[in-house]
Amino acid sequence: MLLTLFNPKTFFAMKDSLIQIKGLRDGLLISLGDAEWETLKQALLAQIDGMQAFFRGARVVLDVGNRSFQVNEMVRLRDALSERDVLLWAVLSESPVTVKTAQLLGLATRISKPAAPRRISSPRVEEEGLALWINRTLRSGTRVEFAGSVVILGDVNPGAEISAEGSVMVWGKLRGAVHAGASGDESAAIYAIELRPMQARIAAYTLSMGETVYPKRPSGVFVRDGRLVVFPWNQD
Amino acid sequence: MNAQVLTVTSGKGGVGKTTAVANLGIALASAGQKVICVDGDIGLRNLDVVMGLENRIVYDLVDVIEGRCRLRQAMIRDKRVPNLFLIPAAQTRDKTAVSPSDMLRLAEELRQECDWVLIDSPAGIERGFRNAIAPADRVIVLTNPEVSAVRDADRVVGLLEAEEKGDPLLILNRINPEMVRKHDMLSPEDVLDLLAIELLGVVPEDEDVIIAANRGMPVALNEKSRAGEAFRNIARRLMGEDVPLMDLSEKGGFWQKFSRLTGRR
Repeated sequence: MLLTLFNPKTFFAMKDSLIQIKGLRDGLLISLGDAEWETLKQALLAQIDGMQAFFRGARVVLDVGNRSFQVNEMVRLRDALSERDVLLWAVLSESPVTVKTAQLLGLATRISKPAAPRRISSPRVEEEGLALWINRTLRSGTRVEFAGSVVILGDVNPGAEISAEGSVMVWGKLRGAVHAGASGDESAAIYAIELRPMQARIAAYTLSMGETVYPKRPSGVFVRDGRLVVFPWNQD
Repeated sequence: MNAQVLTVTSGKGGVGKTTAVANLGIALASAGQKVICVDGDIGLRNLDVVMGLENRIVYDLVDVIEGRCRLRQAMIRDKRVPNLFLIPAAQTRDKTAVSPSDMLRLAEELRQECDWVLIDSPAGIERGFRNAIAPADRVIVLTNPEVSAVRDADRVVGLLEAEEKGDPLLILNRINPEMVRKHDMLSPEDVLDLLAIELLGVVPEDEDVIIAANRGMPVALNEKSRAGEAFRNIARRLMGEDVPLMDLSEKGGFWQKFSRLTGRR
């Protein structure tokens, strides 16, 4: 578990309209203000170059607000930080694009922030509402989290993980670990063209590889009578 | 000249990256290409050992990057094959001595010198890996037919895709056809089914590889070695030739050997 409590001894804040830097227990939280991305990036790098001794070896969490980042921008920033011996390990954002980008690059997208006011529960995405649509194969080491349903057009390889508050549908081979109904919704389900998950979880129930025989047809996992059951897909 | 920069990487250690770089270097150079191999494993160098050039190191990669010598001074010529060079890694420094942009600058300079730059990546997915892939035109992912190695290769392919480094190529190393036949080993089909990237070659398991590495005489120098032949085939594919995959079962039983000798199939 990540503990990032504020520690008064290491607490550190800089008054800068563009960039705010706070000390966390195991790193630094950098929040970006409201300006053009290039301006912010230059200001941030200048800040780091000006205080090399302070930043050397630091683990950094970047809060980018609702700014949406594409992969190449985030890679460039990470490499620029890396060249200054600063490790970017998490990116916080309200933008789904940014969150997805960060997750694909293997960066964390949440840290526990006890001091920050948190929403108690994220708005429950209604059954026929938005789903996160991912048009690629999830390879080992990728983790996707979403407060709704997730659709994958591709495979989910062993070592990849999905955690969705709604259902999960894989239009391909599902061989990784999937948690549907992650916040307790037992009506959530998991579907795949080729269902062979390393581990399937719905709400509090778990089905590990080897505990059941998966059909050789498109199938689904559901909660029935207090346990997980697997059914082949039927049109009727 | 404007060289192609290839990086060989794997995620997991010990699958044969260094051996592959040494052999591909030799195979390409034997085919008349000018090749520079770069050991990207700063602090744990061993490409020089496998290539048998350890005793000739004067300057290394970090010396070039930090400006203590000129590029050509750090290029060790392999005397067995014309036009094969090695830039060794520094043994007494660590990965933080080099950054991705240093590697990009170095590769730009190397491009003018040869046809191929082959970079041997360290294991892992951290700084050393990012240094090694930063200048690559194409990345070769190498794996063994072992579940853990394939899992790591999958992770590396995912990272390469995320960084938009183009489609990686796959070399499947140390396949034992007999074990595959008995279902004791993942088959090339199993690995390709999971990784879903383009196959560049399959290298059979071969004792000669270990003997060769210990003697600093890579198998690609050995006309009789099956693994050496596989590496030479891969080199020809890289040069744009259409070379079919070796029939790995060929080595199988007496009858197959016999029919190979008599030209019957």
